[in-house]
Amino acid sequence: MPESGGHRVVILESIQRALGTHNSADSIAAEYSHLTRDYTQRGRLDREQLLDLFTDRLLEYDAGVSRAASHTIRDVVAQVLTGRGKGGLVGPAGIPSNWLPIDFTFEVAEGWDAYRLDKTEGVLTGCTVAIAETGSIVLQNAPGQGARILSLVPDYHLCVVFAEQIVETVPEAFARIESTSTLPTTFISGPSATADIEMTRIKGVHGPRFFDVVLVTE
Amino acid sequence: MSERQWHTREFPEAAKDLLQNSQLRKNVQHATTVIQGKRNKVTAELPDWEDLRESGAQVRAHTLRHLDHYLTKFEENCTRAGGHVHWAADAAEANRIILGIVQQHSAKEVIKIKTMTSEEIGLNANLEAHGIWPIETDLAELIVQLGKDRPSHFVAPALHINKQQVRTIFQREMNLPELGDKPEDLATAARNYLREKYLRIKVAISGGNFMIADSGGVCILESEGNGRMCLTLPDVLISIIGIEKVIPSFRDLEIFLQTVPRSATGERMNPYNSVWCGVHPGDGPKEFHVVLLDNGRSPILADKESRQTLQCVRCGACLNACPVYHQTGGHAYESVYAGPIGAILTPQLLSMEKARSLPYASSLCGACYEVCPVKINIPEVLIHLRSKVVQQDQATFAGKFSLWNIGMKTAAFVFENADRLVIAERLGQIGQKPLVSKNGFIEWLPLMLNGWTQTRDLKAMPAQSFRQWWAKERGSESNGMKSTGKKNA
Repeated sequence: MPESGGHRVVILESIQRALGTHNSADSIAAEYSHLTRDYTQRGRLDREQLLDLFTDRLLEYDAGVSRAASHTIRDVVAQVLTGRGKGGLVGPAGIPSNWLPIDFTFEVAEGWDAYRLDKTEGVLTGCTVAIAETGSIVLQNAPGQGARILSLVPDYHLCVVFAEQIVETVPEAFARIESTSTLPTTFISGPSATADIEMTRIKGVHGPRFFDVVLVTE
Repeated sequence: MSERQWHTREFPEAAKDLLQNSQLRKNVQHATTVIQGKRNKVTAELPDWEDLRESGAQVRAHTLRHLDHYLTKFEENCTRAGGHVHWAADAAEANRIILGIVQQHSAKEVIKIKTMTSEEIGLNANLEAHGIWPIETDLAELIVQLGKDRPSHFVAPALHINKQQVRTIFQREMNLPELGDKPEDLATAARNYLREKYLRIKVAISGGNFMIADSGGVCILESEGNGRMCLTLPDVLISIIGIEKVIPSFRDLEIFLQTVPRSATGERMNPYNSVWCGVHPGDGPKEFHVVLLDNGRSPILADKESRQTLQCVRCGACLNACPVYHQTGGHAYESVYAGPIGAILTPQLLSMEKARSLPYASSLCGACYEVCPVKINIPEVLIHLRSKVVQQDQATFAGKFSLWNIGMKTAAFVFENADRLVIAERLGQIGQKPLVSKNGFIEWLPLMLNGWTQTRDLKAMPAQSFRQWWAKERGSESNGMKSTGKKNA
């Protein structure tokens, strides 16, 4: 339902007048498919190098990184929470029960409003894909990741990343999320930060000020 | 809050004033040097950097060639996803649309993510005039807003202000007399000041870095999380975006999410990128509006040489690289869009009727072109626009008979013919005599030539010109250049 119909026509006509030509959708698609794309698509690192690069990038952003095996996730999560002095977390629906340590509380916070989330100790999520080159995790609205508000309002975010979810380059990550591109998607690279005062990167403005990753490698 | 006025003065006049402000120059030089250093480091580590620039340029140029196609495709997909797409031909129309939506929700306050498009249409002043209080949430925009100042850089709008100055503003405006001047303290003060507002206010206004035609999505890059707060918590979100900001496909982001963060802030990736399509039940705003703003953009497409101006992704790298911006900072441009890109974008947005001195606010050194992640040849466009300014002037009676035009026409007449040049050189050698000082320099020239000698001396013309020397030394040889080459070989 296009709105402001009058101006829509005025603007589109003005564009067409300025361009002087009008091409069919097919010819535009053909032109698009011939655009040069010589940039690197695939990474070259082996598995260990990839994990190391991802870890280095996260540490550079001042995020915490701990390694776990698939049967020790809950123990490592417990260690990380103890280190941060947390008694429990909230999270989206779909968090596997073997991520959750027994002596810590965990509540599913689906549908909670911002005031309620603001009072929690932190949030636990998974991710869709992670990028080693840039130290980024990508969250989409899916089970185990949830609505965007969850990884935003709490002051602490703990993310569980599996080795097979990590790719080396940005284009490899896009290849993986292309089919779900209409879901709300957030790229997160370290804790929230600003460089607005004298170009110094200061950690912690409005998003979570503390960010940890549990890296599941076997 | 003071209303921000742009285009009140031409660049030379504004720059002269700002150059007197040594604190501002120090702040600007410090900040731009820091970003420039980081940018150079992280772009150098990508072996495919030039390939990414080339692809980015091609994608943007392709989109502009078929802008009507991609805009309607975006509209179709965004609408299908539950978004409302509005078209605004000019600033007044955009303001009317946004005000209407805000009033429909009876909002008295709105939270805002930094958007230069909002600055371009004077949105804040218009909302305030209707009793609606816009709250800037980007740290730098908050500093500018509370300091009743103007943004001077479109990535870091408060780049001209140092931390002591920020402290003074926050102490006064947030009533925090004890506030320290460590950047961490200042960021915490901003966090506390804004947090309650994020949770409470129901309407947000943003710009947009990219509109994605094939998914109907909008993408915003940011650092602090203030963007995510505005995009996620309110019930209503309004994004005002220039019509040129569309890209064909979601996959094209794989180029720009590599080039823009590295160019803008010198980071491999900025902390947060958000992509969303329309409304998603249970996740984010219940109502989403996109206002597509033309406001002088579509006519720029007609000029094939300057169309590339619209490829801009607003990373700010050209500002940080520019030797002129380094000295003057952003305010001298008297324009929402400062720096080299502002020098070509602003006059065109204003149909070459205002800001006509901006194409001259450059030394044409080319540093801006070298760093541009979408390869806009800014020096080429600057020269093109200078010629437009001259043609406009020549079309007026006063311009045609101005001393400047007569002088240039005469110069062209002399330079196009060797015999005339020889005569002019002889006349110059004789005519300069009363002006040459004992040191062999000319320290004062009359009339408009005085502009040159005001700040530097001119070396006097030598007694013998190169042509005279050549005629004397090699006059007998039929082809001087060739024989010289042979002698040296």
